[in-house]
Amino acid sequence: MSATVQSRLHLAVTETENDGGPRRFGYRSRERVYQWLFLAPAVAYLVLFFGYPVVKNVAMSFQEYTTGTFYTGEAPWVGFANYVTVMSSSLFSTSLINTALFTAGSIAGQFILGLGLAVFFKRKFPLNGILRSLLLLPWLLPLIVSSAVWRWILDKDSGALNNFLESLGIISTGIPWLTSTSLALAAVVGVNIWIGIPFNVTVLYGGLQDIPDELYEAASLDGATGWRAFRHVTWPMLRPVVSVVLVLGVVYTLKVLDIILGLTNGGPANSTQTIATQSYALSFQNFKFGEGAAMGNILVLISLVFAVLYLRVNRRAVDE
Amino acid sequence: MTTNTQTDTVAAATSRRNRPGPLKAVHGQWGTRQWGTTALAILFLAVMLFPVYWMINASLQPNGTTLQTSWLPLSPDFTGYATAISQQGRNLGTSLVVALGSVVFSLAVAAPAAYALAYFKVRGAGVVLFAILISQMIPGIVVANALYTAYNDLGLLNSIPGLILADSSHGIPFAILIIRAFMNNMPASVIEAAKVDGAGHLRAFWSIVLPLSRNALITAGLFTFLFTWSDFLFALTLTTTDDVRPVTLGIFQYMGAYVNDWSSVMATAVLASIPAIILLLAAQKYVAAGTTGGAVK
Repeated sequence: MSATVQSRLHLAVTETENDGGPRRFGYRSRERVYQWLFLAPAVAYLVLFFGYPVVKNVAMSFQEYTTGTFYTGEAPWVGFANYVTVMSSSLFSTSLINTALFTAGSIAGQFILGLGLAVFFKRKFPLNGILRSLLLLPWLLPLIVSSAVWRWILDKDSGALNNFLESLGIISTGIPWLTSTSLALAAVVGVNIWIGIPFNVTVLYGGLQDIPDELYEAASLDGATGWRAFRHVTWPMLRPVVSVVLVLGVVYTLKVLDIILGLTNGGPANSTQTIATQSYALSFQNFKFGEGAAMGNILVLISLVFAVLYLRVNRRAVDE
Repeated sequence: MTTNTQTDTVAAATSRRNRPGPLKAVHGQWGTRQWGTTALAILFLAVMLFPVYWMINASLQPNGTTLQTSWLPLSPDFTGYATAISQQGRNLGTSLVVALGSVVFSLAVAAPAAYALAYFKVRGAGVVLFAILISQMIPGIVVANALYTAYNDLGLLNSIPGLILADSSHGIPFAILIIRAFMNNMPASVIEAAKVDGAGHLRAFWSIVLPLSRNALITAGLFTFLFTWSDFLFALTLTTTDDVRPVTLGIFQYMGAYVNDWSSVMATAVLASIPAIILLLAAQKYVAAGTTGGAVK
């Protein structure tokens, strides 16, 4: 969902860079005030619902919140104590590793399957358009709905997946996809791949459509078709779109919460706990909002690294 | 990346717009090979959409202790739906009110901003767009964490206005961008003509630009509805009682409490999926119309 938004953002930002125009001092200042009035509600909203939370979260991470804080209003300043507590907890390294595995696994799966399908749908065949649009459905469903459905499919005793595998004779007893500490993370990654495929197909397909047919015609004259055409024409031409898809995918996947909470709630035995789910649990289950804020800020920092990467990729793409 | 690539990425992300290419085959020209490809595509789609089928199938199974759900709903049983509506009907209503409220609020905030960003060479417009970009990188849990304390002080927890405001954070950035992209494609001459006729900004915006942007507004509204309807994070963190409970949270708690009664959970899931299915069918039309609809006539 947010990924949709993000995909549009880089466009918007890069498009406007040249909009500055010549500065004309003193040019109808009343007009300018008027113009800003159109923008004011949106700016106010962004400040209140994105700017304020970030600043407030930084402040909270240096304060000690307890269940009593919400009655007394007292949250003493404790310096870096929350960060120390959070980072020295044994759960921190688990969460960090899980976040890395979850993100890397999801992105790799979504991208490879998404690219495969995008290339496939580039062929011309009947019903192409309608089939491609139906493919979007998993992306549009509420994430919590997808989690509920998959929980039922992956159920150990009566789930469709185990029933299917049993009927094929591949397994004899149900596999505890979501209840085994060794399998749960892989299962959650699998579900997240399923959710992310439509987005990857959509954006990559858009990128593929922009590669001029003449390039393929020229390549085929040189004897490059099939895989060689992909390697020497498709891939180099698609590179800018690929960078955008991957970086946006990472930033989006890092903060995934709904799917994990819906499928496993971080369990079993914290085997699917990520930085994001830990931040939620600390704040809203343990009511240690200071520690939750500290965990959230660590997540922001990680996202920021990728955001900077994204902006650099984006700028390079513009320069080209 | 070229502007061309970018706008197409946008269009592709919302519409499955088919490019009118020179190779567009006329009906009847498809050969066996093309239909073979179609069969393969249907197979891929069947695998991808199996969970959706399974949700509908499971929602039509009788309640009870059957260990294995049958592969086809041969004798559909609607008890699951009856339970779902009696237990989650109120939550579905809450979701509907919050989503509609968020659509109105988001469009009211986003449309003027999009107009300003599309037509005025405001200094700082780049900063606003950059802020929108950065806003998307902020994890929802960070926003929720801070909003919880603020909402607690303001008495906005467990309130419909509180949820509408928070949920609009999904819709407003998206709406600004999609409406602005549409307005960018609208010729400036349309506005200038209005100005020549003596219309001020407000009138030009209200009586010329907004009606012409109808398709972009509908598209932005539909997606905002879907984002808000699907919201789980703010429902989970900013409500603490049963009074105001969106259906996403209802499903989440259902899964914990009624895990043996999957047909009701799945029936609720089907009901919660209806907006997505409608959007898939309806938005196509509007987005396609939006990309080709002409303002100059």
